Amino acid sequence: MYRTMIKGLFACMLGISSALVLTLSAASAVHASGTIKIGSFLALTGPASFLGDPELKTLQMYVGEINQKGGVLGKKLELVYYDTSGKAKVAKDVVKRLIKKDRVDLIVGGSTSGTTLAVIDIVEREKIPFISLAGSIRIIKPVKKWVFKTPHTDRMAAAKIFEDMKKRNISKVALITGNGGFDKSGHAQCLDLAPKYGINIVADESYNNADTDMTTQLTKIRATDAKAILNFGFGKAPAIVTKNVRQLGIKLPLYQSHGVASKKFIELAGDAANGVRLPAAALIVAEQLPDNDPQKPVLLSYKKKYEAKYGPVSTFGGHAYDGLFIAVEAIKRAGCVDKAKVRDEIEKTKGFVGTGGVFNMGPDDHLGLGLDAFKMVEIENGAWKLLY
Amino acid sequence: MYEQLLQYLITGITVGSAYALVGLGFAIIYNASDVVNFAQGEFVMIGAMSAIFLNAAGIPYVLSIALAVAITAAVGMALEKFAIEPARNASVVSTIIITIGASILLRGAALLIWGKDIYGLKPFTGEETIHIGPATLLPQNLWVMGCTAVSVFLVKYFFDRTRTGKAILACSYNKRAAYLVGINVKKMLLISYGLSACLGAVAGILIAPITFFTYNAGVMLGLKGFSAAILGGMGNPMGAVAGGLMLGLLESIGAGLISSGYKDAIAFIIILLVLFLKPSGLFGKSSWERV
Repeated sequence: MYRTMIKGLFACMLGISSALVLTLSAASAVHASGTIKIGSFLALTGPASFLGDPELKTLQMYVGEINQKGGVLGKKLELVYYDTSGKAKVAKDVVKRLIKKDRVDLIVGGSTSGTTLAVIDIVEREKIPFISLAGSIRIIKPVKKWVFKTPHTDRMAAAKIFEDMKKRNISKVALITGNGGFDKSGHAQCLDLAPKYGINIVADESYNNADTDMTTQLTKIRATDAKAILNFGFGKAPAIVTKNVRQLGIKLPLYQSHGVASKKFIELAGDAANGVRLPAAALIVAEQLPDNDPQKPVLLSYKKKYEAKYGPVSTFGGHAYDGLFIAVEAIKRAGCVDKAKVRDEIEKTKGFVGTGGVFNMGPDDHLGLGLDAFKMVEIENGAWKLLY
Repeated sequence: MYEQLLQYLITGITVGSAYALVGLGFAIIYNASDVVNFAQGEFVMIGAMSAIFLNAAGIPYVLSIALAVAITAAVGMALEKFAIEPARNASVVSTIIITIGASILLRGAALLIWGKDIYGLKPFTGEETIHIGPATLLPQNLWVMGCTAVSVFLVKYFFDRTRTGKAILACSYNKRAAYLVGINVKKMLLISYGLSACLGAVAGILIAPITFFTYNAGVMLGLKGFSAAILGGMGNPMGAVAGGLMLGLLESIGAGLISSGYKDAIAFIIILLVLFLKPSGLFGKSSWERV
């Protein structure tokens, strides 16, 4: 009985492994016939999957579309991707695999700053063009030869917020942030930038992202002479902060970061969200942009295609759109997939209109977005309103 | 200063009430079986998420809450029936590990059923802010405090006055002796898991309108409830309640008067100090094993 079971198991395993060998050889056969291989590593599961999910969908949708139109340089694009669950260690392993085993021509991916920063060493050593989809400014500052990125940085968000405060003659600000990576990085950028805008941080409170109530911190803020509150974070915590501010009857202007630029925030915070100001990518206010805005057609087309296929767009998927098309344009200009040439062409990206803004890269700017890429938005009657 | 302190107290008691209910759940199961049930936080999450989704599915508010509590109780009893009971001869440590496994399973199931999104529940009665002197609170804060007080009272009554409650206590003192005097030990264990799950669900539903829930929101609440039970003295249900309220107040006042950055650290340092001085917790009965 047992023996037959073991035999059966063995046969199964043999079957599976031969099937594996077959698919593997099939995969390499495709490569031999000449495709352009785009490697990607994304946080498809785990806490950061809200980033990786729309990014993968966007990449798949546009790779399919490009291939339907005949590919790039007469070759089909092939997307090879792995899930990192947002873990740095996994990211290192899969990026090595992308480079050494799958022999991809370039990499577009890295949903989180942690996974991106972890693979920079490998990418630099292996000399392969890499466009990251993560936020941190540390990815491109100092400039790394082979590393580029498409999303706005938290530093830009802080700068945009301070710019708006200055316009409203606010100079005393209370800062409240969570304990996550995004929060901490944003916190550091705020403290660093505030003096440059003549802004005085009069209170610096923090909370745990899993906390259920922030009225204590806000009560403390209420007792200071702050003229505005700035909350840098994402997830449920900023929604709780927003509700708590209203509950305590605090009338100060409330600023949030680009981390809450999703419909979910308005849904969670409800009426309390009205009047909140935040910097956000143009995607969420695409319809409100003036018709002469170069981004408008790009945004509307992306939104239409994505929503027809998958449901509501997020700015994160937009970062993948930008990364993919910057890469494709660079390959077209280079006329081949030679890594050094493609890298040089990515660096020469000028006037590329993406979902994140108009990209103008250069040897000392591997992002290429200005502050105008962020729009200042206010929530009015439960909807985004473009301010400028 | 005074006006701020009042607000800190209100926040502390609200947050502490939730910790107290979770801690109470820990204490009840510990009482009945010497096992720390690490799936307690998941009960909180399941209660809140079920209520949110039942309500969103069009079921009347009150009914959806009652159903959510019932669902969570069923999950708690199923956990006992299918995971704890088959391993009844296992050591306490093994059983605790089983509860950790169960918590991971429940979280995974919640992820599959409800996804990764964040959800909120509308408050029991309106969102009009109530002013008490310089401090403000929401009607929901009062609901949290009131329902916690009622639940605690009911649990106390159950253990002090009812035969079933006393039978559960008897199991905790000596399982074999309880069995010999005709108490159905298996059934008592089943009841205590069901009761703990109920309390968890109540905690979750009470705070759902104040905070928001995700599939993994039970982790932190479970940890806080566990700390509350430890602080009050594991095995003393009323100690767990006191521990929960103290933990909430410590966090709030610590954050308010000292630094919000060290909020959790302050609370945990005080718990550690208490345990150094009184290892069985503030209200725990000191116990030692005779060799």
